Amino acid sequence: MKILVGVKRVIDYNVRVQLKSDGSGVETNGVKMSVNPFDEIAIEEALRIRESGVEAEIIAVSIGTKDAQQQLRTALAMGADRAVLLETDSEVQSLDAAKALLSIAQKEEVDLVLVGKQAIDDDANQTGQMLAALWGRPQATFTSELTIADGKAKSLREVDAGLELIEVDLPALITVDLRLNEPRFVKMPDIMKAKRKPLDTIAFADLGISESPKLETVAYEPPPVRQAGAKVADVPALIAALKDKGVL
Amino acid sequence: MSQVLVIAEHLNGKLNSSTAKAVTCAAQIGEVHIAVLSDSPAAVAAEAAAIEGVTKVLTVENAANANTLAAVLAPQIAALSNGYTHLLMPSTTFGKDVLPRAAALLGRPQVSDIMEVVDAQTFKRPIYAGNVITTVKVPAGLAIGTVRTASFKATALTGGSAAIEAASISVDLPSHTRFIELQAAVSERPDLQSAERVVSGGRGVGSEENFKIIYDFADKLGAGAGASRAAVDAGFCPNDMQVGQTGKIIAPGLYIACGISGAIQHITGIKDAGVIVAINKDPDAPIFEVADIGLVADLFEAIPEIEAALG
Repeated sequence: MKILVGVKRVIDYNVRVQLKSDGSGVETNGVKMSVNPFDEIAIEEALRIRESGVEAEIIAVSIGTKDAQQQLRTALAMGADRAVLLETDSEVQSLDAAKALLSIAQKEEVDLVLVGKQAIDDDANQTGQMLAALWGRPQATFTSELTIADGKAKSLREVDAGLELIEVDLPALITVDLRLNEPRFVKMPDIMKAKRKPLDTIAFADLGISESPKLETVAYEPPPVRQAGAKVADVPALIAALKDKGVL
Repeated sequence: MSQVLVIAEHLNGKLNSSTAKAVTCAAQIGEVHIAVLSDSPAAVAAEAAAIEGVTKVLTVENAANANTLAAVLAPQIAALSNGYTHLLMPSTTFGKDVLPRAAALLGRPQVSDIMEVVDAQTFKRPIYAGNVITTVKVPAGLAIGTVRTASFKATALTGGSAAIEAASISVDLPSHTRFIELQAAVSERPDLQSAERVVSGGRGVGSEENFKIIYDFADKLGAGAGASRAAVDAGFCPNDMQVGQTGKIIAPGLYIACGISGAIQHITGIKDAGVIVAINKDPDAPIFEVADIGLVADLFEAIPEIEAALG
């Protein structure tokens, strides 16, 4: 089978995000960038499917500037077979990202698309679902357990009410949640090996996808700050403080 | 005048509390209709029709709508949105799963996690786990969005008398996606997302057995029970208790964090709480930076003492 994995380059999750001084966006200059942690789980899951004995070719795809090659190299070092960068210097919103990833999924005739349930930069949680819609194929979002057999996938989904088990026919789109797996650490020899794996670049404009209507971000601002209150000395003081605030 | 269609979230024949919160957001935009897609929508539709200010409830009765499968619901929702200026769903796992699929079918962008209505086409939403707030403008045409439920108080569930109408839509529904089962935790405690009080435990609780202290404390206070990601990852409690960026975003009147260090991703989930109380052994835990009342103490000593004091 063929598996496409989406890999987004985002500000590393340990970085405390800063607004640019002119308020025009988020500062990315000189900031550590990484693979979106949810996408890393998607890569790991693809590898585990292959390691479970299913013959699989794993293609990592990213959308972004030339710099996103670094994140694709990470995917290759983890074990993906090849990578494709859909290169653009412009902002690509969810619907166009879905169209772009889908164009590769269709060209490659993949059986499975695995992506993170959301990217930790825009927190939109849309691209996977949109891709599945345009593809006319099933989606299994928030997957925390995945089994593939007989042309079908079973997904145990983390939903607000608990865990939902669904079955989908392949090809299908899976978005992955935190507890699906723990991604492996990349070893030095794998990084060297990854340098020799194929990484193709396609200009985003050459994909020939129709541009979708876009949201316009008109302002960025810091969130309202919650002021720290006071520490109390003991339980009686805690209870007095709760009563004082009228919540007990 | 804007006409807003809100898709109702429901389970086991009951309206979910998230729906009335989405209605509050919708009412700030224009006239509010609610659509109920179900295998037997009557009871939920009656509840929806009683929500204050709602003027119409549309029902779509179909055996295929017995479960909330996005691939089945999205094409129907896309068809229902015809004629409306806005299409909203709550930003719960239900809305997050279904609405982007409908938006893509309609060829429209989606605003996720609306936290404030600026005007009919302009909304505020958080990015970077709530560390940045953006104001986004929707291009001319249907505006689609999920509503961050912690940012809106629920509209009153009584006082409305909306007309209930069966909607006639005809779309082909796929059979490639099949529901097998929902493993729902059975709990007598208030629902985390609508509870007025919530008690949460973190890594500091130490084990699944030890979590009993959190459940007992919650019961004593009539509170919902929550957890940090660390506690869920460690297997102390089920995933549906997780509060935070990737779990539930909640806004109870009182939130008591026990043995939770306060990672930024957890804080994101509780920022809108009325009063935050932190009980933690570590005086430098970041949770104290946002807590209104902090108590540096061992939770296993402090909680029984609080319970005793409450009588």
